[in-house]
Amino acid sequence: MNWEVVIGLEIHTQLSTKSKLFSGAAVGFGAEPNTQTTLVDLGMPGALPVLNKEALRMAVMFGHAINAEIGMHSVFARKNYFYPDLPKGYQTSQMDHPIVGKGYLDVMLDDGSTSRIGITRAHLEEDAGKSLHEDFQGMTGIDLNRSSTPLLEIVSEPDIRSAKEAVAYVKMIHSIVTYLGICDGNMAEGSMRCDINLSLRPKGQKEYGTRTEIKNVNSFRFIEKAIYTEIERQADILEDGGRIVQETRLYDPDKNETRSMRSKEDANDYRYFPCPDLLPIELTEEYVDQIKANLPELPNQKAARFQEEYKLSEYDAGVLSASRAMADYFEQANSLVKDAKLTANWVMGELSKLLNQEQLEITQSPVSAKALGELLSRVLDNTINGKTAKDVLQAMWNGEGSADEIIEAKGLKQVTDTGAIEIMIQEILDANAAQVEQYRAADPDKQKKMIGFFVGQVMKASQGKANPGIVNPILAKMLKG
Amino acid sequence: MFEQSISVLAQKLRNKDISSVELTRTFLDRIAKLNPLLNSYITISEELALQQAQAADERLANGQGSSLTGIPVAHKDLFCTQGTLTTCGSKMLHNFIPPYESTVTQRIKDAGAVMLGKTNMDEFAMGSSNENSFYGAVKNPWNLDTVPGGSSGGSAAAVAAGLTVAATGTDTGGSIRQPASFCGITGLKPTYGRVSRFGMIAYASSLDQGGPMAKSAEDCAHLMQTIAGFDDKDSTCSETPKDDYLANLDTPLTGLKIGLPKEYFGDGLDPKVADVIMTAVKEFEKLGATVKEISLPNLQLSIPSYYVIAPSEASSNLSRFDGVRFGHRCEDPKDLLDMYMRTRAEGFGREVQKRIMVGTYALSEGYYDAYYLKAQKIRRLIKNDFVAALSEVDVIMGPVAPTTAFGIGSKADDPVAMYLEDIYTLSVNLAGIPAMSVPAGFADGMPVGLQIMGNYFAEAKLLNVAHQFQQHTDWHLQTPTMAKGA
Repeated sequence: MNWEVVIGLEIHTQLSTKSKLFSGAAVGFGAEPNTQTTLVDLGMPGALPVLNKEALRMAVMFGHAINAEIGMHSVFARKNYFYPDLPKGYQTSQMDHPIVGKGYLDVMLDDGSTSRIGITRAHLEEDAGKSLHEDFQGMTGIDLNRSSTPLLEIVSEPDIRSAKEAVAYVKMIHSIVTYLGICDGNMAEGSMRCDINLSLRPKGQKEYGTRTEIKNVNSFRFIEKAIYTEIERQADILEDGGRIVQETRLYDPDKNETRSMRSKEDANDYRYFPCPDLLPIELTEEYVDQIKANLPELPNQKAARFQEEYKLSEYDAGVLSASRAMADYFEQANSLVKDAKLTANWVMGELSKLLNQEQLEITQSPVSAKALGELLSRVLDNTINGKTAKDVLQAMWNGEGSADEIIEAKGLKQVTDTGAIEIMIQEILDANAAQVEQYRAADPDKQKKMIGFFVGQVMKASQGKANPGIVNPILAKMLKG
Repeated sequence: MFEQSISVLAQKLRNKDISSVELTRTFLDRIAKLNPLLNSYITISEELALQQAQAADERLANGQGSSLTGIPVAHKDLFCTQGTLTTCGSKMLHNFIPPYESTVTQRIKDAGAVMLGKTNMDEFAMGSSNENSFYGAVKNPWNLDTVPGGSSGGSAAAVAAGLTVAATGTDTGGSIRQPASFCGITGLKPTYGRVSRFGMIAYASSLDQGGPMAKSAEDCAHLMQTIAGFDDKDSTCSETPKDDYLANLDTPLTGLKIGLPKEYFGDGLDPKVADVIMTAVKEFEKLGATVKEISLPNLQLSIPSYYVIAPSEASSNLSRFDGVRFGHRCEDPKDLLDMYMRTRAEGFGREVQKRIMVGTYALSEGYYDAYYLKAQKIRRLIKNDFVAALSEVDVIMGPVAPTTAFGIGSKADDPVAMYLEDIYTLSVNLAGIPAMSVPAGFADGMPVGLQIMGNYFAEAKLLNVAHQFQQHTDWHLQTPTMAKGA
């Protein structure tokens, strides 16, 4: 059977506010357990929540960025369930009236095609604490530092039809929230987590199949792998005439499999109702418009500007603007180089290659944008050629110093002295008299192919330091005889 | 001394006729003698009270302080008090000493008042008789075989018996007004949002409101002056500026328009209580007020609406009592579920468990629309009734409760009869308006409270109306016999 996969994603993004959603406690990763808490986060009797207005502003920013209806009247609701790291016995979230309503994103895929993914809603909610099962001799430790940390849960429509599309969508969301500066995008630290709702149906069928939900997948790679794995699992069951059980599953990256966490029957009845401790949020047009007017440049806007301002191709502009960090890096480097195509090629090529090899983010690059800009300036002013520049970049990456220091230390400066080059060429022509004879006897078409041999010899003799722009015309002239 | 008003005591303290330490000792002595009969206090904070009295005397000696400086007060045991046991009348919190102070008690503390202790109450403020306390029933000082009302029964009994000058209470469905009525004292439930709920252990968040309980409207005004007003720690607290509650007490009532809702005088109202209320209304007419009959047609619906909304909120509010971080935890839990179940089964009393179950049911999938949502719609109707009525009259008057204090144990097995006790008070909480209970006379030797309801944020008006009544009557000055001997 030919199956079509139907995917909807729920992405939890941790908003980068200074304090928590409902208390003044600091938000931060890695602090000593239970040091970043107040009465509110601990769920003490009589403690009351007070909404962090910054979180509200960030949610509205996101709403604008996905072309959504903003919830002018939004309501916090309590989601009730018992868990030791949920101190109040309920999570304050939003149910019927979310802060962000229907919106959409146009996502560009690797093949250059675009698909529009609908976004059902995005709502504010507080995170729970953490249960720690190690180091407590069979008991459970509770760390409430994360309790009441602000999250924006972004719920997509079941519009996604492949793992690639899912990843492209999540990357786009990642790109938008980091562009907006409302989330640090650090997936390893849990700043973005994804729940994947997935079902299969025979191609052409309208009705959805039974879905499963894979909880808390926290990297692009795992999202892709979890989807492939789950598609395969569901397809196997369906091919064998079996039925999919509606349930929550966990993805285990070590074993690359999903496994059942709880079935629908075990699911909690969360008994949502409006939180009586928080008044409904009533926004004014003025507030919402003002946030819209002050929105920073978004990825697609930046891509358009890169095409316009730097004359970059659609593809290059798209790649460079996908992350704000990369776009900023590119623009900073190019402010020194002033040759956008050259800078773009290096950022997307050599630099990205090195980053990928060591699995680093561009923000972690040992070579700063300024340092790369200086290196490329030396290519433009003919101090070194492109090939040498690659070696210099590697040396810079290894921490051997700035481009100029390395060029100096290793004596990599190009030979641009035409006299010296003429002497070198003459030596090569003398040493290869037979090839010179052949060349001179050949027709122009053949000559074009043969000249490469001599260029190679010159480069070899100069240890790559001869400037090809100077070598080529002199060589052509001397070969003529 | 114990019968004096706050204004008189404040003057005496200022004139050095008496020190706060002396005054505090007087009350501590009375508590030692009479509280064993009444059980109105859960915690008596003698040492702290004397320290605070000492500090108050120093403030007064320096010519500083307010009208509450040096005045002994008591707090209902659901206001969190830093360093002092706060039980909410429950075994669940039998060991809970908050590291923080509620806004209400903080403001009273800052004003220089002396905290004598924490008063008994129905567990988690759920009850109308104060029989639902882990710390035992409270007795009514007017007749020790009867209940003081609830849930702020300890505060009411303590004020009535002269075991404190004044007290705080909270009112979710009548918990200030009904015990005030049963014990013959004056109590005010402010507009929802007038007084901060921060540090008040929640029963039903959309209905709970703290307020003063004292002998007179004037004493209540002194407390309101201190506790009312915006608090940025409570999102539901109103930013509407507070009034001067003392300034308008003496305004004459000439032209005051009083509405009497016919639904408040129907079946179920004890005729003797009705007589007392009608006599009081006549007194107001003598003071220049006019009276007209009005209608609050949805009164009967307030009971089902309240008993869905309040337990629903409670079922969620009380989830935090899980044995994980504070309060009671069962011995040797086998696993997580066992800990939850035994902790809560042991920690909560019957009435609390019942309301948690009712609320959990009402919020359940498939029942939410039929119960919670419908109850909210009724709530809107009830509110509309009051808004309409209060566009025609200045205040609404009626009984606080259908009867005077009933016998201890007499309604313990009939929860519906117990819930009907609240028929005249619940709707006020559902609407969010302010209301008072004012001593208006006696029926068979037991006090009867007149309920005065007003528009949103009209506390100053209510206090003025009540004060004028008290300038011309002496029901609020009556003292139960048991209190006189000490």
